[in-house]
Amino acid sequence: MKLAWLQLCCIRHRLHSSRGALCLLALGLVWLLVGCGAQPVSTSNPAAEAAQTIENKGSDTLVNLALAWAETYMGFRPDVRISVTGGGSGTGIAAMINGTVDIANASRAMKPEEIAAAEANGISPVEFTVARDAIAVVVHPSNPVDTLTLQQISEIYTGNIANWSQVGGEDRPIVLLSRESNSGTYVYFLENVIRLGNRESELLFTPDTLLMPSSEGISTEARQNPNGIGYDGLGYVTADQKVVAVARDADAPYVLPSVETVNDGSYPIARPLYMYTAGEPADQAKEYLDWVLGDGQSLVSELGFVPLQ
Amino acid sequence: MAERDASENLNPRWTEFVVEALIRLLGFSSIGFVALIFLFLLREGLPLFFEVPPGNLLGTRWYPTFDLFGTLPLALGSIMVTVVAILIALPLGVATAVFVREVAPNWARQVLKPLIEVLAGIPSVVLGFFGMTLIAPFIRETLGAPTGLTAFTGALILAYMALPTIISVAEDALDAVPKSYRDAGLAMGATQWQTIWRVVVPAGRSGILTAVMLGMGRAIGETMAVMMVTGNAARIPLSLDSLFRPVRTMTATIAAEMGEVAQGGTHYHALFGIGIILFLLTFAINLVAAAAIFQKRRRGGLR
Repeated sequence: MKLAWLQLCCIRHRLHSSRGALCLLALGLVWLLVGCGAQPVSTSNPAAEAAQTIENKGSDTLVNLALAWAETYMGFRPDVRISVTGGGSGTGIAAMINGTVDIANASRAMKPEEIAAAEANGISPVEFTVARDAIAVVVHPSNPVDTLTLQQISEIYTGNIANWSQVGGEDRPIVLLSRESNSGTYVYFLENVIRLGNRESELLFTPDTLLMPSSEGISTEARQNPNGIGYDGLGYVTADQKVVAVARDADAPYVLPSVETVNDGSYPIARPLYMYTAGEPADQAKEYLDWVLGDGQSLVSELGFVPLQ
Repeated sequence: MAERDASENLNPRWTEFVVEALIRLLGFSSIGFVALIFLFLLREGLPLFFEVPPGNLLGTRWYPTFDLFGTLPLALGSIMVTVVAILIALPLGVATAVFVREVAPNWARQVLKPLIEVLAGIPSVVLGFFGMTLIAPFIRETLGAPTGLTAFTGALILAYMALPTIISVAEDALDAVPKSYRDAGLAMGATQWQTIWRVVVPAGRSGILTAVMLGMGRAIGETMAVMMVTGNAARIPLSLDSLFRPVRTMTATIAAEMGEVAQGGTHYHALFGIGIILFLLTFAINLVAAAAIFQKRRRGGLR
């Protein structure tokens, strides 16, 4: 550092001379080199030099939980760096297949064609179920509708029911809110709610459905618009939206989503959340995943998700 | 000394040559980049037209996850939002340009011009957020639409974004109208308003057309704000109330879906196919604008 300061002084003196600019450039370069070389010494932390980075990317549903896990883990393991990014389940899985991330987060299981693509790349993905998530159906707080059956939700999202009065509400048009089609939540909702889990079904969201680019888009519209109905992971539902109790069919009880109702299986719209690694995880990634599946589970319910048993 | 003289004789020619070559290189490279981008677009997008039958491509249903690639609702959505945006921005923009150039006193012009330029610097995501939280509820409550996230909301935001372009280009066009035109108008007993409306604006109309075209190019390519306020529902906007219903534009579709697609898949090619359509549309718009400029030059007198 002293050396650098001396050089700076020297630069000041020479600036007036005719060759000042050249001198400045050359000295600046030297200074940069010296500065860069000196940095690791000044931090004087041997652990930081050996830090290993785990790249973690994927599902936007999981991103907050993955961040919380990473921050807590790095808190007591300073030798590990974990970088967490979102982008959607498919984005994370694609990155894992291309070998650019160590762990992919996904709110849906890998598709057969994704597994085929991974194997074509010489990678056999390994699946870990890291938490469970309830998908809540939300409406505007002023909406008098408290309960819906899966069948009713399906008919609402396919456009058969287009007015709230048909399901016991006010005479208002229904505005459908959904995540974008790149979201694992979208795919899950389509297969298990709109198609009611029927594999042969070809039902689709009606074209009138508003596809919001983010969870924030859904919550903004759901709390502003008395006509709206939306769905999202329980962890993203804020207090200013109203959660609807859902029944499996007309005879079953109406159930609100919570940790208990997901774990005892009475809430019908719940799904596992996954992490995928390229091949069996090794070293740091293995230790991290072991921790996530063990002690890390205590963080899950704080973020609105449902821990494994 | 002798050395110095020699270098002075050589230097100018040498630097001139380098600078000239550099400028030529930069000039050609920008053309080259456009060509390369178009080639890349074609390479990634053309396979779509072999993979998907034309009936599907021209269909009305856009469900790329289920192999339904109807681009019609997207193209119509983009065109509708852009055209309405220009219909809103054109009178406002031309009126502002007329005010700034012809009516406003000198000091006001010096304040207004930089302010208008500042308008162009507002990030589109900020405008999108503004539209989502303030304009959308306002439109829902006052117009009685089921949701405030409509084509009209998008058009309003786009009109606002196109305004700075339209105003500054239209103002330049009015500026290019010779002072003698105004003097002649006033000398013949016309009022200031009559001179502006009957003489100055018609004389600058090709420049104003250019302004509109450039504003249109800006509007059709805008992504973020549009994605945030139009609701992104891929429905066909042909019924009467469509302006006050959600639409999905081509740009929003590319932005929202590009992150997810498997590289090299049909969906990936479809998004680049939409990119080709957008490129051709903006290219056509810019071509019309350029034609207007050339026409103005040929007629002469107005420069």
